[in-house]
Amino acid sequence: MKTAIIELTVRNHPGVMSHITGLFSRRAYNLEGIFVNRLKNTEKSRMLLAVEENEKISQIIKQLEKLHDVLEVSLRHDEKEELIRKMDEFLT
Amino acid sequence: MEKKGAEIIIETLEKKGVRLVSGIPGGSNLPIYDALSKSRKITHILARHEQGAGFIAQGIARTTGKAGVCIATSGPGVTNLLTALADAKLDSIPMIAITGQVASSLLGTDAFQEVDTYGLSLPITKHNFFIKNADEIEKTLFEAFWIAESGRPGPVLIDIPKDVQNQIIDFISMEDESRFEPKEEWNEEDLKKTAEKINRAQKPVLYIGGGVLSAEASQEIQTLSEKNSIPVVSTLMGLGAISSDHPLFSGMIGMHGAPCVNMMMEEADLIIVTGARFDDRATGKVDAFCKKASVIHIDIDKAEIDKIRKTDLYLAGDLKKIIGKLIPMIESSKRENWIQETEKLKKEHPMPFPKKKYHPASLIQRIGRELPDDAIIITDVGQHQMWTAQHYPFQKPRSFLTSGGLGTMGFGLPAAIGAALANPDKKIILFTGDGSFLMNIQELAVVHEWNLNITIIILNNRQLGMVKQQQELFFAKNYFASQFHYTPDFDSIGKGFGIRSIRIENETEEAKYFDDMIESKTPFLVEWMTDPDENVFPIVPPGKSNIEMIQE
Ligand SMILES: Cc1ncc(C[n+]2csc(CCOP(=O)(O)OP(=O)(O)O)c2C)c(N)n1
Repeated sequence: MKTAIIELTVRNHPGVMSHITGLFSRRAYNLEGIFVNRLKNTEKSRMLLAVEENEKISQIIKQLEKLHDVLEVSLRHDEKEELIRKMDEFLT
Repeated sequence: MEKKGAEIIIETLEKKGVRLVSGIPGGSNLPIYDALSKSRKITHILARHEQGAGFIAQGIARTTGKAGVCIATSGPGVTNLLTALADAKLDSIPMIAITGQVASSLLGTDAFQEVDTYGLSLPITKHNFFIKNADEIEKTLFEAFWIAESGRPGPVLIDIPKDVQNQIIDFISMEDESRFEPKEEWNEEDLKKTAEKINRAQKPVLYIGGGVLSAEASQEIQTLSEKNSIPVVSTLMGLGAISSDHPLFSGMIGMHGAPCVNMMMEEADLIIVTGARFDDRATGKVDAFCKKASVIHIDIDKAEIDKIRKTDLYLAGDLKKIIGKLIPMIESSKRENWIQETEKLKKEHPMPFPKKKYHPASLIQRIGRELPDDAIIITDVGQHQMWTAQHYPFQKPRSFLTSGGLGTMGFGLPAAIGAALANPDKKIILFTGDGSFLMNIQELAVVHEWNLNITIIILNNRQLGMVKQQQELFFAKNYFASQFHYTPDFDSIGKGFGIRSIRIENETEEAKYFDDMIESKTPFLVEWMTDPDENVFPIVPPGKSNIEMIQE
C-alpha cells in the first residue's frame, strides 16, 4: 500500500477534530495515521493525515476543502512522509 | 451598552431581516424566549414538535431562498429537530437552528436534558457552532447566515449554553463582515470549450436539478435551451425551474420519470448537467446511465464533480453567472433532426396516464390546471409524491416543495405551514398520504391558530402505499407491515383541530367539492379515499438501468 499525506491547516477549537475524523468515517475513507499540533502563537493547528493513495483521494480532498474550519489543504510527497514513517516505528 | 447574550441573539436575527422564527421553548432556551417576547419585528410560530419547527423553517426557506430560522431546547428538543436538519442538508436548503444548551458549568456531566448537540448535528449540517462567550454571538450568527445561504446552501446549527444566553456584556454591534464565497474553478477557456462542445453536439440534453433553483438560474437555462434547441429534463428537485408546458421541456428523469426522458438520455451524445448530482434515484444503474454521452458538469460544489460520473469537462461555480456568459457563445440552432426525434419519443412514450377518472393522478392534474401559476404545491413522501411530481403542471421556480434527498415522511404539513406563513397571498396545496400525514399531524393546531390558506388533500389508501407497491413488485406480493389494520377518521381529526374537513369517496362527491378545493382561502382538509391497488408507473427496479422501466 502506498501512503499519501494530506496536510491541513485548521481553525483550532475543540470541535475541529470531530469534523475531520467524522468526515472520514461518514464517507467510509480509511485513515491510516493522524498527527496534530497547534501552530505557535496562532489560533490554528496543522494536521497531517496519512491515507492510502488511491482513486478516492481527490474526492477526500474536495470534501475536506468544503469544511468551514479547514483553511488550507495540500497533498504532500516529501519529508513529511518520513515523519509519519518515524511515528509508525515509534508507535508500533 | 450592556446587553444580555439572549438579547444579542434576537437583535442579530432582526438585523439579518428575520421576520419569522418557529420553535418550542424549554429549560435551556428560556432566556432566548424572554428576549424574543420583546421583539417587535419577529413573529414566533409555536410548533407542536421540534421536527415541525424545523420543517416550518424549511417551508420558509424553500419558498424564499432565505435561511429559515428555528429554535429548540437542549436534549429532546435537539434530538427531535435532527430529522429536519438532515433533510435540509441533503436538499441543500438554507436553515439556521439555534439550540439552548445546559449551563457551561454542567457541560459534560450528563446533566438534565444534556445531549451532545454538537456531535449529533455535525454530520447532518453544513456547519455547526458551539458558543462559549456572549461576545462571540453576533459574529457567529452573521457567519452562520453566510454559510447557510452562500455557495451550496445548507443548514447551520448554533448551540448556546444557558449561562451564555444570560451573560451580560458590554456590547458594541459590528458590521457583518463575513463573506464566504466558494472557490470557483472555471475560466474563459472552459467556457469556450463548453460552447464548442454544445455547438458540435448532435443530440445534447440539458439535465437540470435543484441547484438551478438555488442559483435562481431558471431564466438562463431557458434561454440557453431555446437558443440552441436543447431539450431539458429535470430531476425531482429541479421541477418548476422551467414551465412543464415549455415545448423544450421533456419531463422528469429517473426511477419514476417519463419513459421518453429516460430514452432520450440513452440517445444523447452530450449531457449538460446543471445543479444536479447524479443521485441514484435519478440515474438508475450508474454504469448504464447515458452511455453514449459525454458529460459537462456545471455545479457550485466542486466535490460533486467526478463524484459519481466522470466528466469530460466541468465548471465549478455559480450557475447563473456561468450560463449567462455561455449564452452569447452558443450558436442559434433549430436542431431539426434531434428535436424531431425527441418529439417522436415524447409522443410515443409519454408519461403514462391512468385511464380511470377517479384517480389521484387525475385529481392532481386537474387541480394543477385550475390553480394560478404561483400556487405552491407541497408533498409528503410516497406514491402521492410521485404522482404529484409526474402529473402536476408546474410553472414557476420554488412552486414545488418536496423532500427529495432524505425522503422524509412528515415533511409535508409543517413545510406547507412555513410556505403559507412566508407567502400569505399565495394558495398552498399539500398532497399527502395517510401514512405520512400521521407523522406530523400535531401541526394542524398551527394551521388553525394562524388561519392559514392551506388545502390539505390526504390521498388515503389506508396503507403505506409505496412500500406495498415495492412488496408487490419485488417481494412476490408478500405484503407485510405495509397495510394498516386501522386508519383513523381524518375528517373527524380535522374537525377536532377546528379545521373545516370533508371526505370524498367518489367522482360525484369530488365534483361537489372541487371548486372549494381551488377557491378556499382558509384551512381546509380533504380526505380523498383512493383505491389501494393503484401503483406508480413507470418504475425502474432498484439497481436496474433507467431504460428497464416497468410500465404497468
Ligand atoms: C420517516 C420515514 N419512514 C419511513 C419511510 C419509508 N417509506 C417511504 S414511502 C412510505 C409509505 C408512505 O405512505 P403514505 O404516506 O401513506 O403515502 P402513499 O405511498 O400511500 O401515497 C414509507 C413507509 C420514509 N420515507 N420516511
